[in-house]
Amino acid sequence: MLKTIGLYFLFHKDVFSRPPRRKLFWRQVFSEIWRLGMDSLPIVVLLSIFMGAALTIQLNFNTDSPWLPLYTIGFITRQTIILEFSPTIISLILAGKVGSRISSEIGTMRVTEQIDALEVMGINPANYLVLPKVIACMFFHPILIMVSIGFAIWGGYFVGIATGMMSSYEFVYGLQFDFRTFDLFYALLKTVIFAYLITTISAFYGYFTQGGALEVGRASTKAVVQSSIMIIAVNLVITQLMLG
Amino acid sequence: MISVKNLYKSFGEKVVLHNISADFKAGENNLVIGLSGSGKTVLMKCLVGLEKPQQGEILFDGRDLVSMNEHEQATIRQDIGMVFQGGALFDSLTVEENVIFPLDMYTNKTSEEKIERANFCLCRVNLENTNKLYPSELSGGMKKRVAIARAIANNPRYLFCDEPNAGLDPRTAAVIDELISEITKEYNMTTIINTHDMNSVLQIGDNVAFVYQGNLWWKGNKHSIIESHNLELIEFLHASELTKRLIT
Repeated sequence: MLKTIGLYFLFHKDVFSRPPRRKLFWRQVFSEIWRLGMDSLPIVVLLSIFMGAALTIQLNFNTDSPWLPLYTIGFITRQTIILEFSPTIISLILAGKVGSRISSEIGTMRVTEQIDALEVMGINPANYLVLPKVIACMFFHPILIMVSIGFAIWGGYFVGIATGMMSSYEFVYGLQFDFRTFDLFYALLKTVIFAYLITTISAFYGYFTQGGALEVGRASTKAVVQSSIMIIAVNLVITQLMLG
Repeated sequence: MISVKNLYKSFGEKVVLHNISADFKAGENNLVIGLSGSGKTVLMKCLVGLEKPQQGEILFDGRDLVSMNEHEQATIRQDIGMVFQGGALFDSLTVEENVIFPLDMYTNKTSEEKIERANFCLCRVNLENTNKLYPSELSGGMKKRVAIARAIANNPRYLFCDEPNAGLDPRTAAVIDELISEITKEYNMTTIINTHDMNSVLQIGDNVAFVYQGNLWWKGNKHSIIESHNLELIEFLHASELTKRLIT
């Protein structure tokens, strides 16, 4: 356990070294943004709409009291989505999607000697393969989360209006009620940290894969599990530090 | 020329290479043969710097790889081309991009110059019109040829081939052997080939080193190997029906 943690931190030294060719490096970053970021957009949009809609229905069900004004539903929907649902739940989903992709891609490269080939060519494989992914995800995941927040709120709004739960005015009033930009900052900061954890943990497990196809699968599973645990744990720490 | 002096490598208690010393000459095919698990692959990994030996020297034209720092090793690796057993082509890149890769990393050539060089290398390995294919669309023999084209793209001085014809049919294996041999002589490269294949030994073995249980057991060439009286080598040769017939 301690050995793995030590190896993970030592791995950072190789990852965060200076890329040999800046132009190539940025080309790779953009390519990774496309492959790891844009590729995740449809699932993020879809999940966000349905989760936002379900959240609004549940809130309506649980706050069915004459003492609570209807705009409370819009308010709580917004707060839940911005503070927890989008940054944390979507990051957990991205840990599964992006994390397993990174881990299995790098793991396969390891077992098919492609990483050895890079090393023989005098290229630092950790830097060449991992750093563009880390930067791409740390840049693009906050954008995905903003998109998720937008679509989740839209999902809630749509279901609220479509089912006659409340009027458009009440929902929008709730959305605007007591809005703090700090909440958005908190959500995006969390997302950047989660993106960093997802990419480095997944790349770490892929990079140190030994064996064959079976081990690549195992590394991928480990990467997703460890990333998810770290997201949940770090979420608690950040929440206590920033909102506690 | 690559010289190895008193190379010693162990993994924990297990000694894999035991005081290996050998010279691998430029412009000649230097073949390393031996049973599976004899230490050939570890020797090659030490030679290219993928494994660090505990003792000994690996001299690339007088420059010791073992005592170099990371930056110096990276510099010397620009002069190394390697053909891996499975090809180790980058799956996400096309054939052309694979060949261009080392040029992208280490040269300031224009795109046109790089494509021209890639075409030349692919032509040299008889692989025209495959530029836009991905490795998954190639046969085993084609992958090996692309790997050779990538290995020679940056005009290396040293070429390493780890079982270049493993898993290939005899005809394709002979073509690959011939290709490596031609390139070695044409560019006066120091070529080291790990192989089990006795056909390769008899076809292109200018210098042959037999590794047995981590020791350099026998040195010679494709002619002297047939007349060798080394028992372990004879046993190894007798495993191949072709060489058995030649010897008897």
